[in-house]
Amino acid sequence: MKRRRAMAVGNKRKSISSQILASILVSAIYPMQNFPIMLINAMLAPFSFLLVITFISHGTLLGVAIIGALVMTTVSAGMALQADLSHFKNDIRLQDMVVSSPTSAIVYIIGMGLSELIYFLPNIIILAILAVIFMNLTATAVLTIAVVMTIMFIFSITLSFMLSTLTVDIIQSWAFTNMVSTLLSTLPPVYYPITYIPMPWRYLAYLSPTTYAAQLAQSAAGFIALSPTNILADWVILVVVAIVMLIIGVKRTRWREP
Amino acid sequence: MGRLVCDKVTKVYGKGATALDKVSFNVPASGIFALIGRNGAGKTTLVRILTTELMLSSGKATIDGVDVTNDPSTIRDMVAIVPQEARLLMWTTPKQFILAYLLYRGYGYKEAVERAAEAVKRVKIEKFADKQSQHLSGGTKRKALVAAVIAAEAKILFLDEPTTGLDPISRGELWAMLNQLKKDHFIFLTTHYLEEAERLADMIGIIEDGKLLAIGTLDNLRKKVKHEYSVRILQKGINVRLREGEVVTGLDGHRQILTTEREANRISQGLIKRGIRFSSSPISLEEIFYYLTKKSIDIADEEKEGNGGWQ
Ligand SMILES: Nc1ncnc2c1ncn2[C@@H]1O[C@H](COP(=O)(O)OP(=O)(O)OP(=O)(O)O)[C@@H](O)[C@H]1O
Ligand SMILES: [Mg+2]
Repeated sequence: MKRRRAMAVGNKRKSISSQILASILVSAIYPMQNFPIMLINAMLAPFSFLLVITFISHGTLLGVAIIGALVMTTVSAGMALQADLSHFKNDIRLQDMVVSSPTSAIVYIIGMGLSELIYFLPNIIILAILAVIFMNLTATAVLTIAVVMTIMFIFSITLSFMLSTLTVDIIQSWAFTNMVSTLLSTLPPVYYPITYIPMPWRYLAYLSPTTYAAQLAQSAAGFIALSPTNILADWVILVVVAIVMLIIGVKRTRWREP
Repeated sequence: MGRLVCDKVTKVYGKGATALDKVSFNVPASGIFALIGRNGAGKTTLVRILTTELMLSSGKATIDGVDVTNDPSTIRDMVAIVPQEARLLMWTTPKQFILAYLLYRGYGYKEAVERAAEAVKRVKIEKFADKQSQHLSGGTKRKALVAAVIAAEAKILFLDEPTTGLDPISRGELWAMLNQLKKDHFIFLTTHYLEEAERLADMIGIIEDGKLLAIGTLDNLRKKVKHEYSVRILQKGINVRLREGEVVTGLDGHRQILTTEREANRISQGLIKRGIRFSSSPISLEEIFYYLTKKSIDIADEEKEGNGGWQ
């Protein structure tokens, strides 16, 4: 048994916070230091829609669009992760070095998720300021929006991580990104109320979890009227979908290749 | 120190490609073990299985008694790897990359910073330590990767073609470093430079088409070849009468006699008397490799393969 320890020495004080910091460094801090344009790019996506919707609606949809942009920010943050993860796994094989190190899959993805939040933090702050200026949100509304954003973030991060581990190169990853982007951000009525979608097409929107998130946020802010049953149903669907995604994610993510 | 044991390790990739076919061996997990084999022989596959990146299809592998399949987290404390195709992140400096890797291994920030600074000195890239990797040469980047795993303090290092792309002096420096490290590490390396395996390795494995052809010390491997000595005649048109052994055309185009040590000595005496230039030595790893893999360099064949479009 003494012998066993001889080979397994190495570093005994494994610090999870160090491992999380490592992901934040490689995926957020270093690239930002050297290529600040990335930050601007990350900020633009949700804003462009916010502006377009506000102009087209002559300002009437500003509030809805702000909330939509907030929800979309966390969804985009999760989706953006997929390209980074695919790069680390397939292009530079950093993920191989991490898999064979003491860092576990969950710690790796928490670090990567946080680094993505760092990119989108300026976004969230600006949108929050806009919300305070232009809207009159109750505490319940703020809480609802925050919870909905968190759930959508966890959902899209888990999906991104799983998809990235199934790809063998960045090109495959782009294909997934486009599909996911349609599902999570084009289909659902995030920047406008769902009632704007004519009837048979509205069912299509219900295929996307973002729709439920957006509805809950919009109703909490008073932009659409939902019955309590409807609200409950939306919560149940959103939470169940997120949990199912987590379960699929844990089962299907290929940390160690089969 | 323990042992590295593979018992009928087999890997069949998704679409039915068998990359490893019942590979079995048992070597001490100490010193340097070199795995050699042609492109696609299965070296990287074996390395990735042993470092828990890839699941094996059947069989069993243990390092120091720890099962690679069932106890990956213990293995991950023990090993560190430079993957064959690993690259530095474009926008990091070698120091930053090493720092991040050490953090992934769980070191506290301060200790990781110190170790990273030490590591760049160790592989002699201090000059480039704070330059972004996009401005560095391929060899420097390779050294930074090696520095990262050395700094990690894992007792078992897997280096998948660590010297590819290094200049002869850098390669020599890395060899010296590995020779130093092997005193208290087990180093598993793959290489296409047979000289590297010959010089460094305490144990050598030869793999071909997923099958382990031979394994052992260089002396052990020599015994696997029919002939243990080689006499190269460095002049044209010389005939030698042999009692035992055979005459072949060597890899360098010279006539070469493969035979026993005793017969080689006898022939050498004769050649000296006749004033003919020659060299005589135990059979080299290169010769063993060609003999065992039963391949000869057929340049014509390789050219055929390479004739693609756009030419
Ligand atoms: N992910 C994969 N999917 C399917 N087949 C694979 C995969 N990786 C490797 N192979 C196949 O497995 C075999 C062994 O490949 P491996 O990369 O282990 O060879 P190698 O000895 O490391 O070669 P090289 O010297 O070129 O690095 C090859 O035939 C290769 O085509
Ligand atoms: Mg290889």
